Amino acid sequence: MFELIGVPPQALFGQLLLGLINGAFYALLSLGLAVIFGMLNVINFAHGAQYMMGAFGAWMMLTYLGIPYWGALLLVPIVIGALGILLERLFLARLYHLDHLYGLLLTFGLALIFEGLFRRQYGSSGLPYTNPIPGGTNLGFMFLPWYRGWVIIVSIVVCLATWFMIEKTKLGSYLRAATENPTLVRAFGINVPRMMTLTYGFGVGLAALAGVLAAPIYSVNPIMGSNLIIVVFAVVVIGGMGSIMGSILTGFGLGIIEGLTKVFYPEASNTVIFVIMAIVLMIRPAGLFGTPR
Amino acid sequence: MKNYDMPIFAALIAILLVAPLAIYPVFLMKVLCFALFALAFNLLIGYVGLLSFGHAMFFGFAAYVSAYTVKAWGWPTEIGILAGTGVAAVLGLIAGLIAIRRQGIYFAMVTLALAQMVFFFCLQAKFTGGEDGIQAVPRRPVLGFIDITSDIHFYYLVLAIFAAGFLIIYRTIHSPFGQVLKAIRENEPRAISLGYHVDRYKLLAFVLSATLAGLAGATKAIVFQLASLTDVTWQMSGEVVLMTLVGGMGTVFGPIAGAAVIITMQNYLAGFGEWVLVIQGVIFVITVLLFRRGIVGEIAALATRLTRGRGEAGHIAGNPATTS
Repeated sequence: MFELIGVPPQALFGQLLLGLINGAFYALLSLGLAVIFGMLNVINFAHGAQYMMGAFGAWMMLTYLGIPYWGALLLVPIVIGALGILLERLFLARLYHLDHLYGLLLTFGLALIFEGLFRRQYGSSGLPYTNPIPGGTNLGFMFLPWYRGWVIIVSIVVCLATWFMIEKTKLGSYLRAATENPTLVRAFGINVPRMMTLTYGFGVGLAALAGVLAAPIYSVNPIMGSNLIIVVFAVVVIGGMGSIMGSILTGFGLGIIEGLTKVFYPEASNTVIFVIMAIVLMIRPAGLFGTPR
Repeated sequence: MKNYDMPIFAALIAILLVAPLAIYPVFLMKVLCFALFALAFNLLIGYVGLLSFGHAMFFGFAAYVSAYTVKAWGWPTEIGILAGTGVAAVLGLIAGLIAIRRQGIYFAMVTLALAQMVFFFCLQAKFTGGEDGIQAVPRRPVLGFIDITSDIHFYYLVLAIFAAGFLIIYRTIHSPFGQVLKAIRENEPRAISLGYHVDRYKLLAFVLSATLAGLAGATKAIVFQLASLTDVTWQMSGEVVLMTLVGGMGTVFGPIAGAAVIITMQNYLAGFGEWVLVIQGVIFVITVLLFRRGIVGEIAALATRLTRGRGEAGHIAGNPATTS
């Protein structure tokens, strides 16, 4: 067996695949955060909790209602997205006239409530979720499980579809205009508050979709969201929230870098993204794709 | 307007001096440590308008340093606490240099991420004892003659540390330096246009806040004879935010009231396990939606309403965070 830069290729490509999977989740989650932030000027701290609820939603549908993975993939984002719409109407909408920090504090409180409730009900040891597409294929240089390939493809398709919707369609142009100048857009007769509500619901739905995708890979666990969201925050700081494509590329890129770190210097794999964040802040404070304000 | 801060502080200290007669001193020491932690945090959010979501890194890391130097290297208690505080200051300088490059919510996210990095470092480093933490830290006599093995003796020492920390923060807020900080909070571009090196002021305030948070953590480690991962988690960073928010951001006494309320609540709810998390979340949501001024802020606002016309509102910062 030949070696590549001192590392067996099986291990290298295996970790690259894992990194790509992590990157898929970083991209989906930071995309949702960026979409919500762009429209509502709120950093959704509950994003991790909503991702966790997506995974639990899939597990609960299977366990209590017998709805298989494919049904959950469609239903869970709709249900959790609707819950997001409710949260926006009940709580977030009352804070828009205040400083942005209050939105962060409110959603942090919501995240604690969700995580606490699920931990109380299901403990924190994690629940298994059966892989809907077992098996895989040997690509010669590595073994590719079908499900992991599926996750990467879904993530790329959803990310690109969101990018297309926001950058290339009429609805997206309304969204971008409302981000720039909500008062003017309202003067044209467009219902901006409703757009904000739907945007939050959409962002939350994206988080829930990521949760459903994650359920068969990671065990379904109440704390799966809070650990991930802090890394996603770092990803968002690195990429800058100004650009949709920027969030997608940064998400995948950092996932791959994290995977490579696991091969070459495993001790740093937990912290590499934070180190990159610190370096990027020193060199380019606005983020790689951000515009300085 | 007459300033009642010092009389109130004197009354508070007088009450705290006799409090151990009625209340368990270890509980009081815990409240004092967290009150100092929250006061340090409030210096940033209340007076510079910077929301740090990673203050646990200073609190928890200082706790590790003081516990380790006292236990493993046999350093005297006071040197151990100072070492923890000093390391927190250095950490504050490094984290501050990185974090002040962004404002508003980005600042919150950056500090949170840096704190998570410190958490992973503590999880993996050998000297922290991993999941076990550093246990059974000895309580050696302070300065060689003040015996602190008795909780009641140690309590008065902790009270002195707390009072010193409070006075340092109070002096800072009411100094010309503090005025500049408030100007930055109110209108950063204007402060820049007036020729102030805003970043230097922010950095200095950040380092001071980190140092005092470290002092609180280092003291807590000796009180409980324990330094553990709990103190460096993001939940701990969230707790200090909650204490300050509940007590009143940008008020002189708010963080103390908030720490007392939250620690008391945790004490009573200790048997309810995960419900504590849910209840803390509910308090967050209710406070943000209905009582943004916090306990002390609401009381001060009420007092102002009652004595309308006779003076401006004491130390309420109308909106503690207007930078973004």
